[in-house]
Amino acid sequence: MAALVAVAARGCGGLWRRARQRGAGQSGPGPGPFPRGQRGVACNARGGAVPAGKSGLAPWVPVVGLEIHAQISSNSKLFSGSQVQFAAPPNSLVSFFDASLPGTLPVLNRRCVEAAVMTGLALNCSINKKSLFDRKHYFYADLPAGYQITQQRVPIAVNGSLSYSLCIDSKMSQMVTKTVRIKQIQLEQDSGKSLHDDTRSQTLVDLNRAGVGLMEVVMEPDMCCGEEAAAAVRELQLILQTLGSSQAVMAEGQLRVDANVSVHHPGEPYGVRTEVKNINSIRFLAKAIDYEIQRQIEELENGGTILNETRAFDSKLGCTVPMRDKEGKQDYRFMPEPNLPPLILYDAKSLPANMNHQQVINIDWIHERLPDLPSVKRKKLVEQYGILPEHSFTLLNEEGLAEFFESVVKQTQMKPKKVIGWILKDLLSYLKQHSLTVKESPVSSFVLADLLNLLEKKEISSTAAKQVLAELWKGEGKTPLEIVKEQKLELLQDQKELEQICQAVIDGHKNEVMAIKAGNPKVLNKLIGLVQKKTQGRSNPVLVKQLLEKKLSG
Amino acid sequence: MRALLLGAWLRAGRGLPRAPGSGRRHREHRGHSGHSEHRPQAPLRQKVSVEVLQHLEHLALVDFRDAEGVERLQKAIQFADQLHEVNTDGVEPMDSVLEDRCLYLREDDVTEGNCTKELLENAREKVEEYFVAPPGNIPLPKLEEQETFLQGSQ
Repeated sequence: MAALVAVAARGCGGLWRRARQRGAGQSGPGPGPFPRGQRGVACNARGGAVPAGKSGLAPWVPVVGLEIHAQISSNSKLFSGSQVQFAAPPNSLVSFFDASLPGTLPVLNRRCVEAAVMTGLALNCSINKKSLFDRKHYFYADLPAGYQITQQRVPIAVNGSLSYSLCIDSKMSQMVTKTVRIKQIQLEQDSGKSLHDDTRSQTLVDLNRAGVGLMEVVMEPDMCCGEEAAAAVRELQLILQTLGSSQAVMAEGQLRVDANVSVHHPGEPYGVRTEVKNINSIRFLAKAIDYEIQRQIEELENGGTILNETRAFDSKLGCTVPMRDKEGKQDYRFMPEPNLPPLILYDAKSLPANMNHQQVINIDWIHERLPDLPSVKRKKLVEQYGILPEHSFTLLNEEGLAEFFESVVKQTQMKPKKVIGWILKDLLSYLKQHSLTVKESPVSSFVLADLLNLLEKKEISSTAAKQVLAELWKGEGKTPLEIVKEQKLELLQDQKELEQICQAVIDGHKNEVMAIKAGNPKVLNKLIGLVQKKTQGRSNPVLVKQLLEKKLSG
Repeated sequence: MRALLLGAWLRAGRGLPRAPGSGRRHREHRGHSGHSEHRPQAPLRQKVSVEVLQHLEHLALVDFRDAEGVERLQKAIQFADQLHEVNTDGVEPMDSVLEDRCLYLREDDVTEGNCTKELLENAREKVEEYFVAPPGNIPLPKLEEQETFLQGSQ
């Protein structure tokens, strides 16, 4: 379950309280006009306005919108034939176009367009059959052309939506599904990377990333707290990974999130917003947004104003700090890209008969080939195996875990509902503890199924099964049955032997027996435990219970 | 149409930096004006203010800080202003002469790159395989210093 905690939520209410306490602690006895404890925040995971505190002060409504840059997973860059690869030697993946040498022209990569169309369709967007490229100008050393080719006027996809779910209680048992509108998806170039050498006061520029294809996904400000934003981004990440349109690994910068945050009172216009950048993990995204909401509320309640500024999240300090913008308030001087004609896409109806198929992108064709999206996969898991919805989330949250689960289910007689416990409690927590991916698991789905079959056929107890599993993690290549034999973990099949052991336990524990006979049945569990101990977990507790009861009632 | 942008932008006074508490700076830079031929069709010519200069320097990360630089900028604006002499009423803007052509789509193959050496040959400064640029995020010289300079250069 730990996996889900990282993403989804406890509901914002609790979070606000905690943040408030910390804020109060830091700033001491604040001179603010309102007592901190009575501040109302109109945000919870259900989306309703939380009434203000006892004082009746107007609550605050936080508003969060996201702009997400997803690096397209492609072999070559958006407009040039140089390779896309993370952590290559500096400036080794740079064409003359990427370095903006005179006389070079952009040539659009078909794959990047298809990835954007796929993503647009998966996010329920309308795909524009004609979209346009524009230049966005700014001067920076890692942008050698002095402009970025993007889609400002008519982007490739517009008006979509993304549904995401989050838990609204700490037990992770109640989930709520929400929707955020997608304003648009645009194709654009990535910039290079700058390494700032402060001591020598210079910037080192690596253009390997310059010109890599990006999809910028612009979300409407439909979210109200960090947990919602985090859950939405996690769902988007899963969708991108399912489509293969982006690998979306945040740590490698393949998914970069900027958050626009503001607060206002209900019924009033939106407040001035700040943009929070430099967020490189989903966990930090939630933290950064919640910190920023809290900061704005405190600032306003202390009579201050919010500046329309860019702030960076400092993950070490856990707060946002004003960032000196690349150029302060910008004028990007957008203009149509003169070197690229409009991008025309087709569907089954508009498909021209006599056109080279390599030059045609057919929206309907892509639509038909979309894989099952995470939401559909979860639904199928719940329906097919009768598992809980929250378990389906956990299964999809780890790459390969759902497949592992299904593979085990196929190979065992154990019911899926029981298998899921072994997958989530035993397998997953072991993997987490050792920072392993599902693929790296020392126990294959085949071996786990083998073990669960021994348990299901009542050849071993579940205590013994755990012991075998502990042995299997060592990855010594033994089969579960070999381990069972080696460590003599088979259930005692000999009824007589078991009866003798039970009798011995009863004889040796007169006090307990008296207690049971006096009407305290709970003490029976102690005797069962003692039998288990004597048999080293090799007895069937149900059977032991029956035997003991029989003997004690006799 | 594109060349109009700079002139139009300057006239509209868009994006001028409003340095807080810098009221005394809101005066126009004197000098460098009125030495080109008169063009009645062109809209009123605007002198380049210190704020505009600073903003441009900021945007472009280049240095205009001499009389020659200011004059060059002024002339560039005047040159661009000539475009206003063309009557474009009722003419739909054109993005490019290619706008009714097909956009060629390339297959996703790696065909370029691996030319670090050639690329870096053009660089004035490099460290290992990196280009070296001046620090980008360091503030440009303070406005006061520039003013002193500009006044001194008149």
